[in-house]
Amino acid sequence: MEIAGIFKYLYEKLVATGLPQVWVDIISYMVAALVVFGFLAVVALFLVWWERKISAHIQQRFGPMRTGWHGWLQTIVDMLKLIQKEDITPATADRPVFYWAPIVAFVAAFMAYVTIPFGAGLIVSDLNIGILYIVAITTFTIISLLMAGWGSNNKYALLGGMRSAAQVVSYEVPMVLSILSIVLFAGSLSMVQIVESQAKIYQWYIFRLPFGPIAFIIYLIAGTAESNRTPFDLPEAEQELVAGFNVEYSGMKFAMFFFAEFVNMFTVAAIGTTLFLGGWQGPWLPSWIWFMLKTLALVFVLMWFRWTFPRLRVDQLMEFSWKFLLPVSFANLIIAGWMKYSEWFNW
Amino acid sequence: MSAPFRTEEFLVNMGPHHPSTHGVCRFLLTMDGEVVLKAVPYIGYLHRALEKICENRTYHQCLPVLDRFEYCTSMSCEYAFCLATEKLAGIQAPERAEYLRVIMLELNRIASHLIWYGTTSLDLGAVTPFLYGFREREDILDLFEMTCGQRLTYNYIRIGGVSRDIPPEFIPKLKEFIDKFPRKVDDYEKLLTENPIWIVRNRNVGILSKELALGYGVSGPALRASGVKFDLRRDDPYSLYDRFEFDIPTGTVGDCYDRYLVRMEEMRQSLRIVKQALEQLPAGDIKTKLPPNFKPPKGELYSRIENSRGEMGIYIQSVGDSKKPLRVKMRGGSYNQLQVMPEIVKGGKIADLVAVMASMDIIMPEVDR
Repeated sequence: MEIAGIFKYLYEKLVATGLPQVWVDIISYMVAALVVFGFLAVVALFLVWWERKISAHIQQRFGPMRTGWHGWLQTIVDMLKLIQKEDITPATADRPVFYWAPIVAFVAAFMAYVTIPFGAGLIVSDLNIGILYIVAITTFTIISLLMAGWGSNNKYALLGGMRSAAQVVSYEVPMVLSILSIVLFAGSLSMVQIVESQAKIYQWYIFRLPFGPIAFIIYLIAGTAESNRTPFDLPEAEQELVAGFNVEYSGMKFAMFFFAEFVNMFTVAAIGTTLFLGGWQGPWLPSWIWFMLKTLALVFVLMWFRWTFPRLRVDQLMEFSWKFLLPVSFANLIIAGWMKYSEWFNW
Repeated sequence: MSAPFRTEEFLVNMGPHHPSTHGVCRFLLTMDGEVVLKAVPYIGYLHRALEKICENRTYHQCLPVLDRFEYCTSMSCEYAFCLATEKLAGIQAPERAEYLRVIMLELNRIASHLIWYGTTSLDLGAVTPFLYGFREREDILDLFEMTCGQRLTYNYIRIGGVSRDIPPEFIPKLKEFIDKFPRKVDDYEKLLTENPIWIVRNRNVGILSKELALGYGVSGPALRASGVKFDLRRDDPYSLYDRFEFDIPTGTVGDCYDRYLVRMEEMRQSLRIVKQALEQLPAGDIKTKLPPNFKPPKGELYSRIENSRGEMGIYIQSVGDSKKPLRVKMRGGSYNQLQVMPEIVKGGKIADLVAVMASMDIIMPEVDR
């Protein structure tokens, strides 16, 4: 069942009421925002539970089992607990910066979803600069981490904030270059058009040899770094920096960072699906199910990384980005360009 | 010409309540960004006056206190004290008791190395190995529990023998463990030994040269990783260790990676000893009868054994007509390992400090006696 039809029907009903177009637009965008927000809230709750289950199975244990069937209520209960917790601000913190940091992280994580196509026609706004917009908006996360690090007035937090800035800026470059090779091939920055250019399974960019798989791997590595997950979870690095940028955050503010991390992980997987795995395309099943299946498969890979790898050191992380990923992604871009314009192996 | 760019140094307290210093150790770090310029260890957060407590108790009553000296290998602590007292009083434990002691000591060494394996990987950000290590440690603790009813502070090894014989179900369970454990060590190695991230985090990090190690009195796996083939079980044999065949693994570089490899191999070798001891285990008594008012003759003595963290020494002074020792002094490997750390972490990153500390396997009660 395609969900896009329901939204189209509701929109037509709204237009039929005779409201001025401005109001129709405002109402429809607000509904879209609420739907996306609700969806992502559920996704984040699910991912927290799923991560616990995956980690548990990798570690040969059960994970949450007691609250609900196989512990499915666990994250909901945790959320209720976090809401009740005392909101503590350190006495010497830079209060406004400290206060706004989790909100910026939270908002930045959500804004990317304006241009992610969840299914055929299931997109809030198909911007013609879709992927560029996402790249731009996701970097706001760095600002929030820097704000948290600075605002906390704690040396560990500051180190964490600085690390996050260095890390995300470094990995942004190879990530954008790997995305660029896809954009170059698709000939568009629009997310919908990128998906449409992968109609057949052999057209998925991950299968376009040799540049596709390389770009995908670079994207996945850089994406892991951007979402601050192991082996790149240096900004919080509990064993070195206690919890880095979020050491001073408690209760709901901490939860907002946590929430943003899971939403960011989903974003990385969703963009990976859109760019490399044919987005919503697939036979028999409704498009949004295909999209979710592929995205969750990528999320699983990210979680699997987390529970098997140790953490890199900060300078090794930088070296890996600047001395390895960057040259490889440049070379890959050149190969993609050559393939595109020589029309060799160009389906 | 403008002055060279210089960043401002700052002080960071790493510990005592820091996840990697485990609540009881503190380093005062002088940092230049992520680089550690100076690391000064501050100790005393776990001081419980164990030596003094021992001096106020009878020899028998010292054993439960000794369990708390180095709680990851409590059996070794008990044994070190019993060995010293037995030497002082000229007591010989029955042969079966000695075999049981060796089995327990080596199992405890494996259990201790498993904690080290788990916590080290956790300190470097990998959570899964931590749980794997603890899973096999549970099997060993089950064996201890069925023998003496305890899982951490055993009070099993006694002056003149052991407190009780092993139950009938012990040997089948131990055999099961002996069959299973080598595969598990292979699994641990599969997870980390060839892992590129593990290698870059550990190789050439915290290099402890042979000279420095010897100069600071470092012992145990940390010394052997620096290339010194010294193991008290072979070089100053006690108990029945001269009856068993085992290898002493050594490293070449003395970095964190070598310390990791040495300990992984030591677990295999300990299992080898356990296997041989089990095969040779004789029937017979498990305890020499001692008078209730046991008083060793006047004298003083330093006795040492190879613990999982290096040389564990016990110095006892007896006045002759007292049930209580006049002076008890303990030596643990961790003290020297901690002492050498400022030398080898200088100029490294804060993350390296965590790696070095983990690889040294420091346990604070050994330092704060």
